[in-house]
Amino acid sequence: MELQTLTYIVVGLTFALYLGIAFWARAGTTSEFYVADKGIHPVQNGMATAADWMSAASFISMAGLIAFMGYGGSVFLMGWTGGYVILALLIAPYLRKYGKFTVPEFIGDRYYSKTARAVAVLCLIICSVTYVIGQMKGVGVAFSRFLEVDYDIGLYVGMVIVFFYAVLGGMKGITYTQIAQYCVLITAYTIPAIFISLQLTGNPLPQLGLGSTLAGSDTYLLDRLDEIVTDLGFREYTTDVRLSGLNMVAFTLSLMIGTAGLPHVIIRFFTVPNVKDARSSAGWALVFIAILYTTAPAVAGMARLNLMTTMEPRPGEYLAIDERPQWFRNWEKTGLLAFEDKNGDGRIQYAADAATNELSTVDQDIIVLANPEIAGLPNWVIALIAAGGLAAALSTAAGLLLAIASAISHDLLKGMLMPTITERQELLASRMAMALAILGAGFLGLNPPGFAAGTVALAFGLAASSIFPALLLGIFSARVTREGAVAGMLCGIGVTLFYVFQHKGIMFVPDTAFLGELPANWFLGIEPNAFGAVGAVVNFAVALSVSRITAAPPASVRELVHNIRLP
Amino acid sequence: MQDPNAAKDSAYWRHNVLLMLKLLAVWFVVSFGCGILFVDFLNQFRIGGYKLGFWFAQQGAIYVFVVLVFYYARRMAALDRDFGQSDNDSDQPS
Repeated sequence: MELQTLTYIVVGLTFALYLGIAFWARAGTTSEFYVADKGIHPVQNGMATAADWMSAASFISMAGLIAFMGYGGSVFLMGWTGGYVILALLIAPYLRKYGKFTVPEFIGDRYYSKTARAVAVLCLIICSVTYVIGQMKGVGVAFSRFLEVDYDIGLYVGMVIVFFYAVLGGMKGITYTQIAQYCVLITAYTIPAIFISLQLTGNPLPQLGLGSTLAGSDTYLLDRLDEIVTDLGFREYTTDVRLSGLNMVAFTLSLMIGTAGLPHVIIRFFTVPNVKDARSSAGWALVFIAILYTTAPAVAGMARLNLMTTMEPRPGEYLAIDERPQWFRNWEKTGLLAFEDKNGDGRIQYAADAATNELSTVDQDIIVLANPEIAGLPNWVIALIAAGGLAAALSTAAGLLLAIASAISHDLLKGMLMPTITERQELLASRMAMALAILGAGFLGLNPPGFAAGTVALAFGLAASSIFPALLLGIFSARVTREGAVAGMLCGIGVTLFYVFQHKGIMFVPDTAFLGELPANWFLGIEPNAFGAVGAVVNFAVALSVSRITAAPPASVRELVHNIRLP
Repeated sequence: MQDPNAAKDSAYWRHNVLLMLKLLAVWFVVSFGCGILFVDFLNQFRIGGYKLGFWFAQQGAIYVFVVLVFYYARRMAALDRDFGQSDNDSDQPS
């Protein structure tokens, strides 16, 4: 069957499934809308969390990033999984015990202050909006690339689908669609990986294949890869450090504590029946995430090797232009892959040196997107990749939109502006907030502001420097005061934004970067995306110092802290 | 705080914090230690085709993370039983 038709069928079927679930899992109360009535089984919640968590960036871009960074790409692997250890040990069980609906609500109660709650809402909206723009873009791009419809139309279709299950079902609808979306995306990710691992090494498990010898030889795959990349002047795959050891530590830490501070992930743990389930659910979430995250480095290494051997079929002999394979020609059309025969010898020289390199464009996303074609897999696998990418983007977008909507309806409206509204009115308000959030996210997806690129890593830095320290101190210290928490959050997020802006431009307008994007000006050589870790240290320091000189929290707060520590 | 169970509660909390610190030490060693700080040293050893430091950074640390979270959940469930802490959802949403 035509690839195009097949893709329409596969994507259409998955969408029909999501809509069916939306209709079946309608929310009738605010508890169902915000926390799925706390009735989700821990394994199901783990699966939903995994889909909530793994965005278009994890699904499409991460393996490509690692393929071109080698060892340096490990920051994403360790950072985005290690965060679950912190979440499971230090945050999730206590917030589940607290037992209400939103993260700002906890901050408001623990710091006995509506100001603290409002600042938390502000930080939540800054983190979640920067994050959701990337997802909306992912939906538009996936549609335009696979179904060859306009980016705009793709975005509208995505908005309508999310609108149905998020507005109707709230957390309940989102949870069950996320479970379905996880199944779609993990199948789409692992099938091509298994086939490629089999082809290259004869081992069906990609995790083992990466450490195996190449089929029909006794050379290890990674040794061969190191040899071939260094021959062409690239740095050795398995030891290529990202900037410096310190920068890698800061980046990894920033992603880890950002993970533990992102509200859309934390609220997933409000949906399980009790504290014990919250603990084990974090483990299940990590298992489901680890399936993709341990496959990704294998996809990365194997795809890089495939790319290198395509470009240099025999040592010293580069790919002849008229012998380039069909997948190569297909992807040239998308602009993700391009070459330029500078020396006119009819071959494409691929080298680290920009002066002689003739493979002028090779987009990182191609590693996952073109993988099935490079491995010669049937068309239905390619169609599955499209459905998987859409599932990853839609599930994360829905989780983020719920976090934004509940902060608006529950924290701002019910908590501060109109505390007298009834539950029915609040449910209506939360549906309207959700609809508005979708329209807002769609608008930003259609008119991506200058800062849309690379915003996902930034969202982690912002969550790491603002919300995470406030939660951790709120749970583990009864002495931190409202003044301390508010000052800490504002200084943490302020310092991080300031650092990013001074190197990348105010609101990412390039001309306003007053220190320039020069590594020489980086504080201790730490790149802006990794600065959340430093922002978090500032937050902790400010919160603890200010708490020392302000009046101790009231007895009711000590009572609250005491209670959340007991399951 | 006139809770008659105050001594029991604080013993429970001490156990929890101690367990947490031990597991976080492992978390730190496998990721930041083996994966980044001592990666060059470990890379002289091998596990199949993987250099050991590289393996920790791209595979091993993740497996250890999974084990840590489940181990914590199991030990805490046992601790809850030993200390007779209720495990019910006592605070229904308002």
